[in-house]
Amino acid sequence: MKRLIASVLAAVVISGAAQAETLRIGTEGAYPPFNQIDKEGNLIGFDVDIAKALCVAMKVECKFVTQDWDGIIPGLMAKKYDAIVASMSITAERKKAVDFSERYYSNTLRYVSKKGSSFDAKMVKGKNVGAQRATISSQYLEEKYGKDVSLKLYDTQENAWLDLTSGRLDAVLADSLVNYNWLKSPEAKGFEFSGDTIDINDQIGIAVRKGDALAGRLSKAIKDIVADGTYAKINAKYFPFSIY
Amino acid sequence: MNFEAMIEALPKLLEGTVLTLELVAFSLVIGMIFALPIALMRVSSNGFIRVIPYCYIFFFRGTPLLVQIFLVYYGASQFEVVRESSLWPILREPYWCAIIAFSMNTGAYTAEILRGAMQAVPHGQLEAARTLGMSTPMAYRRIVIPQAIRIGLPAYGNEVILMIKGSALASTITLLDLMGMTRTIIAKNYLAVEMFLAAGLIYLVLSFVFTQGFKYLELKITKDLRPHEVTNL
Amino acid sequence: MIDLQGFGNQFLLGASMTMQLAAGALVLGLVLGLIGAAGKLSKSKIANALAGTYTTLIRGLPELLIVLIIYYGTAGMLTQIAGWFGHDEYVELSPYAAGVTALGITFGSYATEVFRGAIQAIPKGQIEAAHAMGMGSYMTFFRIILPQVWRIALPGLGNLFLVLLKDTALVSLIGLDELMRKTSVAISNTREPFTFYLVAAFIYLALTILTMTFMNFAERRANRGFVRAGS
Repeated sequence: MKRLIASVLAAVVISGAAQAETLRIGTEGAYPPFNQIDKEGNLIGFDVDIAKALCVAMKVECKFVTQDWDGIIPGLMAKKYDAIVASMSITAERKKAVDFSERYYSNTLRYVSKKGSSFDAKMVKGKNVGAQRATISSQYLEEKYGKDVSLKLYDTQENAWLDLTSGRLDAVLADSLVNYNWLKSPEAKGFEFSGDTIDINDQIGIAVRKGDALAGRLSKAIKDIVADGTYAKINAKYFPFSIY
Repeated sequence: MNFEAMIEALPKLLEGTVLTLELVAFSLVIGMIFALPIALMRVSSNGFIRVIPYCYIFFFRGTPLLVQIFLVYYGASQFEVVRESSLWPILREPYWCAIIAFSMNTGAYTAEILRGAMQAVPHGQLEAARTLGMSTPMAYRRIVIPQAIRIGLPAYGNEVILMIKGSALASTITLLDLMGMTRTIIAKNYLAVEMFLAAGLIYLVLSFVFTQGFKYLELKITKDLRPHEVTNL
Repeated sequence: MIDLQGFGNQFLLGASMTMQLAAGALVLGLVLGLIGAAGKLSKSKIANALAGTYTTLIRGLPELLIVLIIYYGTAGMLTQIAGWFGHDEYVELSPYAAGVTALGITFGSYATEVFRGAIQAIPKGQIEAAHAMGMGSYMTFFRIILPQVWRIALPGLGNLFLVLLKDTALVSLIGLDELMRKTSVAISNTREPFTFYLVAAFIYLALTILTMTFMNFAERRANRGFVRAGS
């Protein structure tokens, strides 16, 4: 009976330890151009390319797991995957829960709003501003403006833009690079960057569970792909300027 | 298990609970207002009149509430016409979108409950009322509907519980109801299991209170239907 | 196949995953429902209490919450259980397994009542007769009660399955590539939420109709040889 139950358990669940050579990478799949899912159902984007390059450098096999953003750290802690490569900013709060590798790109925040609305940081009070839940953008708005701003939190970045184009929001605060990419899309016609770039020394790293030696190995692999030019090649695929 | 964090989160969770109750209350009232004419149309003898509510009920009972709420919230805003209409000030608010989706959903279920209950009232009573000179609307108002409410009450009690549970989906359209609040707190402290359990306890309390409330109500309005108490010999 | 701007195939895959999820949860839910009903009808007070707690707890919680708790909360528990059986590696539920478990538990809590009602609808005389013929309790249950329970419980279970089918949409929130999640992917590529949510709605309706047709057939089959009173 014991054996039976154990084998049933083994059949139903995935056991992590048996595949030590496989690195399970958690990502969101809804954050273009960094990670998204295309028409054929494939995961693509800068994060995905970087993760694959890192796996090659580390000589391990990559396996991707998609996970909604607001559950992405709980998912890591529940061992659904071993590392998060999903454009995650290194923040003091997150460091309490997880460890990070060195940065693999740097980032700033910037608002987008309707052309001609001349929206800027001084006008935030009382306005409907959207951000993705559990991001540094939402954290920045909460900490800086508190109840002064009507902050709307979205499950995905995509949904925040949908509501900006529909007119529910006056502005969306997000990573500059992500907003930059969105502004190039046809439905962003009539929208523009507004206000200054908000530089909060935002560095994007790979999150792993606390105390996991993986962080060091990933940091080394990042250095390796930057040094051998793989990084620059991937970078050029998405942005005409360096984002390291 | 981090109990301290659960207690710390309680004020925020209760704040979310207030919004949950508000959404549920509004949706139930509006849903009931929808349901009555729909149920009456469903029992109509005219086939054409019957088919409209049938389609409505079939759609709302046959599709997930999650699809319905997304259709109202993200779907409606796809169209320029909607965004420029006078309805937009309402449709742009997630609060009202949730209430619209919830009340149309619960309206469909409630209509079916009412229909079943009305059909359970013996037809002879309607005929008797007509014989007494009541018009059909009056007979419905005075004879059929009051009894139907009594017959449908237990089923409606279940529907209320389903609505409370279903309202958790408001969190998917930016609302900070109990579920939305829970997910926002988890985004900050990453204590998924603890926070979900705390929220679960509050949902259980709500379900319990409403179940007991309906039991009490049922007992009250069916008093005359029960045989007089017989003392045990 | 309808093209749906190139997403037809993805929708098909999603619908198939939705059905697999519903089927898995149905099997688990039926087993739990039967156990629950047995618990409620048992003479043992402990079994009564356990079954009662199960149905009250699960029916009072939002399905979404159950899905999330199972997904995030079971990993630690399962690892411990595996430890008792001498497996010390890390064990966890995939989104599919978590979805099946969560929806199965939910289905089971409602099915408990359906089964209980059905078992009680079987005339007591039959059970007494079975006992008189020397059948034990287990044999009576499997030979006499269970075959008849199916017939009586079928309509109720059919309704529960329709509810289950719709609840599968919630599993999209833990990352299973079922219909709803495929829909969001299509929307993030096309930015046409109304069109694609409506497509999703109609696929769910089609699945509902399919289920209802099958239930009609199953009910007719289950009722063959059974003469309704008064007919």
